[in-house]
Amino acid sequence: MELGFAAILRRDLLLAFRHRGEIANPVLFFFMVVTLIPLGLTPEASRLAEIAPGILWVMALLASLLSVEGMFQGDYRDGTLEQMMILPQPLYVMVLAKILAHWLVTGLPLTLLAPVLGMMLSLPEAGYLPLVLSLLMGTAVLSLVGAIGAALTVALRKGGLLLSLIVMPLYMPALIFGASTVQRAVDGFPVEGPLAILGALLAFSLLVSPFATAGALRVSMHG
Amino acid sequence: MLSNTVLFNTESPNSLALKALAFERDDRLLFSDVSVSLKSGDILQVEGPNGCGKTTLLRMITTALSPTSGQLFWQGQDVSRARQDYLQNLLFLGHLPGLKQSLSPEENLVWWRRLNSNSCSFSNNEVLASIGLKGYEDVPCFNLSAGQQRRAALARLLITQAPVWVLDEPFTAIDKQGVGELEALLIEHAARGGIIILSTHQDLDIKSIKRLSLTANQPAFREAV
Repeated sequence: MELGFAAILRRDLLLAFRHRGEIANPVLFFFMVVTLIPLGLTPEASRLAEIAPGILWVMALLASLLSVEGMFQGDYRDGTLEQMMILPQPLYVMVLAKILAHWLVTGLPLTLLAPVLGMMLSLPEAGYLPLVLSLLMGTAVLSLVGAIGAALTVALRKGGLLLSLIVMPLYMPALIFGASTVQRAVDGFPVEGPLAILGALLAFSLLVSPFATAGALRVSMHG
Repeated sequence: MLSNTVLFNTESPNSLALKALAFERDDRLLFSDVSVSLKSGDILQVEGPNGCGKTTLLRMITTALSPTSGQLFWQGQDVSRARQDYLQNLLFLGHLPGLKQSLSPEENLVWWRRLNSNSCSFSNNEVLASIGLKGYEDVPCFNLSAGQQRRAALARLLITQAPVWVLDEPFTAIDKQGVGELEALLIEHAARGGIIILSTHQDLDIKSIKRLSLTANQPAFREAV
């Protein structure tokens, strides 16, 4: 069982390394959009600080959404997905490996970049740690939830829009509690509450998503 | 070509049976009542015109598709009950090569070996040399020709220990010499007690090959239209 998990994780990370340009897309998008905000809205530090928590979270969410479509697409097109589905190993374990690889190359870099961008938006000091913590868990939730949508739409020729429609409502809880974690920290309130809810969301999606994704892949491949 | 020595137990012969398989899609019956019994040493060629359901049937045999009705039996056991056991004994090569384009043939093989614990002991270089890819071990697959990519995919036949091979159009894009070598490999696998099911439009130079013609099973064609 660990065999398939490790093999797929290693292969996906190697592939990500080969396609560095593609992988950098979400991170670049995140970077560019957030740099544009002060130019387009106002360079005034106090006003930027007000909107920074929300902006950072919304943009991280969109950046993650950008990358989720490709999660199974490559494997579907070259036939490796077909092969993975008839391995004598549980599909959800392999799916979990793919999701982890996806998070490592999108969610994690986004999380690490966020404090730098927070500085650009003059995020108050109290917000940094909660920002990183909430994104660390939140982006993992986004990868897990996005995988279900990606699996459902993998066989469709132009599934991008449909994918966004399926996944967006499911992203909302993560966005609401993620952004409010940072906002509360900035306003001087305790953040344990929303962080705990994010943790619960993560635990729940970790349990459900691999099974749902594996099921969705079966449905897609039978079509 | 290297011969893949070993390794499944030839003492107990293998058996694979298709019982009354049928497939219906969008209210159209693609085929019905396909029944074949195969044992160690059998090579079955699935024939029929384009669109008659060859690929569908092969995918059904790999359990990637479930039949509308009918069953598969592996060693006398219903496959839907003992799927894992059956899949351990199965190798499938589909239309799509199942190669990662940005990885080299060798990296693709390494990945396959990691996923399939029961692969043989030849080194990757030996396997690739014998499949005709010497000197291309480190070239990314997208730089290889169609025939070379097919060969890279076929390299899995040399490292697997699965007795049942299901091959969908394995001869596509392969040159004449390669076709001969592949035929020899198939014969050798059958002689070792394997079971091979393949679809191809080529006339194979293999004696004692069994043929399954899908047109024969096709009902009155699209009666609704």
